[in-house]
Amino acid sequence: MADKILAKDKLAELLAGLKKAHDVFAPQLKQGKVTWAPVEDAKDLLWDFANTEFSPKDFFFPQTECMMRFVNQAGDPQGMLMQDEPRLEPPRVLLNIRPCDAKAFGVLDMIFCQDEMTDDVYWRDKREKTVLIGLACNDPCPTCFCASVNCGPHHEAGLDLLLVDLGEKFLVKVLSEKGAALVQNLPEASSVDAAKAAELKKAAEGSMTGGVAMDQVNKREVMELFDAPMWNRVFESCLNCGTCTFCCPTCHCFDIQDETQGEAGRRVRNWDYCMSWLFTVHGTGHNPRPGKKERVRQRFMHKFKYIPLKRGGEIGCVGCGRCVLLCPVNIDVREVVNQMNA
Amino acid sequence: MEPEKAAEKIRQAAKKLLEEKKVDVVVGYAKGTVPMRDRPYFANTPEECANLTWSSFCCNNLASLLIGRKGKIGIVAQGCVSRNLAGLIQENQFKREDLYIIGVVSPGMVDRRKVQARFSGKVITEVAEDGEDLVVKGRGFEERVPKKEVKRDNCYTCMHRNPVIFDEMIGEKETDSFGGELDKVAAPWEKLTADERYREFKDTLKDCIRCYACRDACPLCYCHVCFVDETQPQWCGKTQDEADVETFHLLRAFHCAGRCTDCGACESACPQGIKMRRLTTKIEKDIRQMYGYEPGMNPEATPPMSVYRPNDPQDFIL
Repeated sequence: MADKILAKDKLAELLAGLKKAHDVFAPQLKQGKVTWAPVEDAKDLLWDFANTEFSPKDFFFPQTECMMRFVNQAGDPQGMLMQDEPRLEPPRVLLNIRPCDAKAFGVLDMIFCQDEMTDDVYWRDKREKTVLIGLACNDPCPTCFCASVNCGPHHEAGLDLLLVDLGEKFLVKVLSEKGAALVQNLPEASSVDAAKAAELKKAAEGSMTGGVAMDQVNKREVMELFDAPMWNRVFESCLNCGTCTFCCPTCHCFDIQDETQGEAGRRVRNWDYCMSWLFTVHGTGHNPRPGKKERVRQRFMHKFKYIPLKRGGEIGCVGCGRCVLLCPVNIDVREVVNQMNA
Repeated sequence: MEPEKAAEKIRQAAKKLLEEKKVDVVVGYAKGTVPMRDRPYFANTPEECANLTWSSFCCNNLASLLIGRKGKIGIVAQGCVSRNLAGLIQENQFKREDLYIIGVVSPGMVDRRKVQARFSGKVITEVAEDGEDLVVKGRGFEERVPKKEVKRDNCYTCMHRNPVIFDEMIGEKETDSFGGELDKVAAPWEKLTADERYREFKDTLKDCIRCYACRDACPLCYCHVCFVDETQPQWCGKTQDEADVETFHLLRAFHCAGRCTDCGACESACPQGIKMRRLTTKIEKDIRQMYGYEPGMNPEATPPMSVYRPNDPQDFIL
């Protein structure tokens, strides 16, 4: 589909159009933090931010989500029967989502919606109702390493549209039918504009240094990596908190609980995290990952070995660098993967 | 002492300890991979001591990383860390003779969020210390920021910059406080009515994501099973509902009574920048004023919450 051009003074118009049928969200500056929020006005949109501190995965996979309700009453004819929670989310647009975060949703699609038997309706419903309009990174951060994990600062996977900031205007890459319908009235881009966007992409990719190398990780057998002596050191300073997994755009583990209060009951799922000693503890009391070492190893092995093995080479990391910035003890995923690869 | 000079002396002291086999490991800080985030580091060999550092970016409380570790441990400790070590000795988590404490005066640690707030939306690529200032560099800018304007809140009102227990001191002791008034920290809370206080409390915690970084960074939180992780019965719900989030924070704060040294590790660890000390500083003040007790000043002392005396203050009991 042909690229389009969006003049910056036409932004408000585009936004008004989007808002007719969608709730529109975008990264905005709120109390000093760049965070996802509903867009009231085009002037609140940010154009030179790095990324939001937390990933937008909670739009599709909320930290707490009610799945079903039931009457907690044995004698009641409806008692203890699960009733599906209606899915009422309105159509949404995530505007100015960074390419890494959009790519991450693609990785999660492979996990939440694998086949007929593994088809997470809660995830899929919200994904289908949402339009992703990306904003390409012309100026990646020092903690970004997307280009070394099958992604990139102008990556297009998972997006409906991608905006490339050309200065006085945006080049709009049209990447899906859904996206095309939203920008059909915009003028087409010239070859000069397209060339400029391509140049920006090349420059952004070229500016990224210090990523991760995966060649040896890919070659090595699971058990060789699993038993590598490096794991005896990586965990030393880990607090086993949930920061890395909660800020991560691809971490997706959850725990399902039934809660009751009087006659009301609900089945609710919450984010879980492999750093917790409680994660997948068996009913017998057996803990498959009894110590910090095993838990830390799990997170990195899952992302960089198990997922690639099971999902055709796809990596469970998009290089957004959030965990690098937020880990309270600065365990740097880039260092860990490079040690796995050494 | 200049941080870099202190760092060199720490490296020498640690190396000597490992060479002489007085300890199995030295726990200190090493330079991090992002600006203003120096990180805990375990030097296992004399050679690895070259990675040790000391700066105004050492915001982790290393005492929390010693829990459950066996053998002889060397540890770099500023005032608050030494007090938490003393507290953990009181609580029988390790023995004084198994520790070799390399004492160092805290310069007051930098709150990286305060520095970032001065360069809102910009990417900071490097921050270096230069005398009383930080030199903050980013794309297209370089600015000096006085350190005293961007310290962590708790470091302004610290009463014990010097380590209270140590085996070896790096440099000379300096003034114990920077002159901040500790009693004033909880004062704004005390003026509020119970309802207003509860509203403030809810507002303070509204961004909590229950990652438990505050708990896991805290040297007081070493329960084998934290009450929020209990499953039989499950005391606390797992959701993001206010009741569940607030139960965690309230109970955690109470568990810290008479033990918290106001080291600020919880706030430094929080990925959301939540001001947890709004709860703990009031508790700290009550313990100090009602019981005349400052946690962690003496490994031999008995913490007030572990003992009953007939003349204990009781007027707060309903």
